[in-house]
Amino acid sequence: MRTALPARAGRYAALLAYLVFLAFPFLWLVSTAFKPPRELGSLHPTWIPEEPTLDNFRQAFAEQPLLHAAFNSLAAALAAAVVAVLIATPMAYVLARRRTRLATAVTGWVVVSQAFPFVLLIIPLFLVLKNLRLIDSVPGLVLVYVVWALPFALWMLAGYVRAVPPELEEAAAVDGAGRVRTLVSVTAPLLAPGIVATGLFAFITAWNEFFFALVLLKTPEKQTLPVVLTHFIGAEGVADLGPLAAAAFLATLPSLVVFALIQRRITGGMLTGAVKS
Amino acid sequence: MRTRLLALVLLLLLGGCSAGGTRDDGRITLRFQSLAWQEESVEANKQLVREWNATHPDVRVEYVQGSWDSVHDQLLTAFEGGEAPDIVHDASDDLADFAHGGYLADLTGLLPARLTSDIPRRSWETTTFGNGVYGVPFLQEPRVLIANATWLRRSGARIPTPEQPWTWEEFRGITERLSGPGRFGVAWPLKEPVSATLNLSLSAGGQLFHRGPDGKVTVRFGAAEEVVPRTVHAQANTDRSASPTTLGSGGSDTLPGFFAGRYAMVPLGFSYRQQIAQQAPKGFAWQVLPAPAGADGLIQGVSPQTLSIAEDCRHKKEAAQFLAFFLRPASMVRLALGDWMLPTGRQALKDPALHRHKDGWDIGTALAEHLRPAPAQSVRGYPEWKDKVATPAFQEYYSGAIGIGELRRRLERDGNLVLARYQR
Repeated sequence: MRTALPARAGRYAALLAYLVFLAFPFLWLVSTAFKPPRELGSLHPTWIPEEPTLDNFRQAFAEQPLLHAAFNSLAAALAAAVVAVLIATPMAYVLARRRTRLATAVTGWVVVSQAFPFVLLIIPLFLVLKNLRLIDSVPGLVLVYVVWALPFALWMLAGYVRAVPPELEEAAAVDGAGRVRTLVSVTAPLLAPGIVATGLFAFITAWNEFFFALVLLKTPEKQTLPVVLTHFIGAEGVADLGPLAAAAFLATLPSLVVFALIQRRITGGMLTGAVKS
Repeated sequence: MRTRLLALVLLLLLGGCSAGGTRDDGRITLRFQSLAWQEESVEANKQLVREWNATHPDVRVEYVQGSWDSVHDQLLTAFEGGEAPDIVHDASDDLADFAHGGYLADLTGLLPARLTSDIPRRSWETTTFGNGVYGVPFLQEPRVLIANATWLRRSGARIPTPEQPWTWEEFRGITERLSGPGRFGVAWPLKEPVSATLNLSLSAGGQLFHRGPDGKVTVRFGAAEEVVPRTVHAQANTDRSASPTTLGSGGSDTLPGFFAGRYAMVPLGFSYRQQIAQQAPKGFAWQVLPAPAGADGLIQGVSPQTLSIAEDCRHKKEAAQFLAFFLRPASMVRLALGDWMLPTGRQALKDPALHRHKDGWDIGTALAEHLRPAPAQSVRGYPEWKDKVATPAFQEYYSGAIGIGELRRRLERDGNLVLARYQR
């Protein structure tokens, strides 16, 4: 059935408006990052810098250990993503395949935990980390990120597992494949998009996280990128706008690159998880 | 808000969790958390730490970069968790909770006489809580008028000086004269209206907080307290000489309009000059003027930047020695120049670099003797009074939504109910 032209045009216009809405802050950030101070103080700012400069980047790198902080963020976020996926995948499989009362209760608990206030989670975590002497340590931070990301990752992955028809596993069993072989050769490849999407979610959550890192890490050499970015902000909210924009632009790059590289897989994964056959 | 709540709950639940702080691996190591953020200021701080470390091999100071943006929550959590830096950079209006909570060391007797006598008594009052002194006030900034010099000169208005400042009434008249269609004599950035109003009101003798013989503080909004709010209200609502759009803005937000010739003057903190010098279009002439004076002259309230020592610090004597080194007159000058602020020390204030006409240093330095502790900073319950009562009341008054009678009623009746809860 063909959709009427005005309706289609309206839909594209809405889509375009949404894209502009999403892209605006990022494009403004990029524009600001390349502007000299005088243009930042203009009443009529332009999208394209009139006198583009790299000085903001130079200043940002000179003033703050951005590369080191980015490395810390990357290490923490990657570790958190890998650990979260490693824990969530088998749990999600069991939750999705075993229709027991316990599985239903656990799923319900995971959903409810998402509605818990932030403060209820951080306090037990802080106490545990304190006792384990994991304050001011990247492994401690990774542990927090894993705990923070795990409920949603589990819930998300369980949806993907449910979308894999159990008949495929039964067919493999009929053909003589054992339990492990079935999981590795049949189920895991079908779950790959879901695992990637879940890992990405955990990665982005950890990469952008600020307050845990601020509270838990004391040593300057261990600070992550979001914490270092606040060093460009002064008293009463006055900011060193150019270098801040330059550093923030660099901080968004890894997320953009990762998304661009695996965008198709995520889209496929999202659809797989969303629709039940 | 969420982080404040978090910090509060941490305070309640983590009390006595553990001790820690200073590390000691044969020689003493002190962690110094600085909030310096401007390029020159960070460099000045780091350079002074390097100089200390080069001359004091037994006491190593480790520079830790903090952030103004989250310093209160971060310090509160760190103090509670026993992970606080040994030497803490903050502002005097943020110290009350920490001092009353026992997180900061009383510096009485720890600092050399050279430093204690160099900083005026009125500055020490900003860090004195009860019988103790909990920080060294070292940098401060008055609120000044940054003016479009060309516009002002062409208007023929008398240029005010620290010796002959404008009165509030004169200021109102001049902003009206400078205004025209789409152009305003002044742009008040009053995103945080309470501290600006209270600090400037001291010039007219407006104390607002009055301590009774029983030691209890009450709010009284009398004629002296009304001078500054009435002026701003009249400029924004009667004379139309103050831009109505900037009343909810921060200082930086007014600068594009200032550079574009929409506003003749902007009342800002002295350190904003750095941003103005950096961002002003080529050929744009600007100058620094003293804020208007009232019955009490040029007096205004300030909350200086401070350096404190954590109570948990195991080497308070050495930390105090570092403070004395860090705040030598010459060092104070470097720190002040780096932050575009004024030093509190009398010796440092004499430095020729702080008396240059360029960028208005001379005007700011001349105002230093008129700076007093911000009226509210030692009042228990002030943060709640400010957030729940005073900020919305002043915002509504300045926007013209309520009159002076309603403003008074809210500040006094509602405000005193809040303060009373803290003084039972």
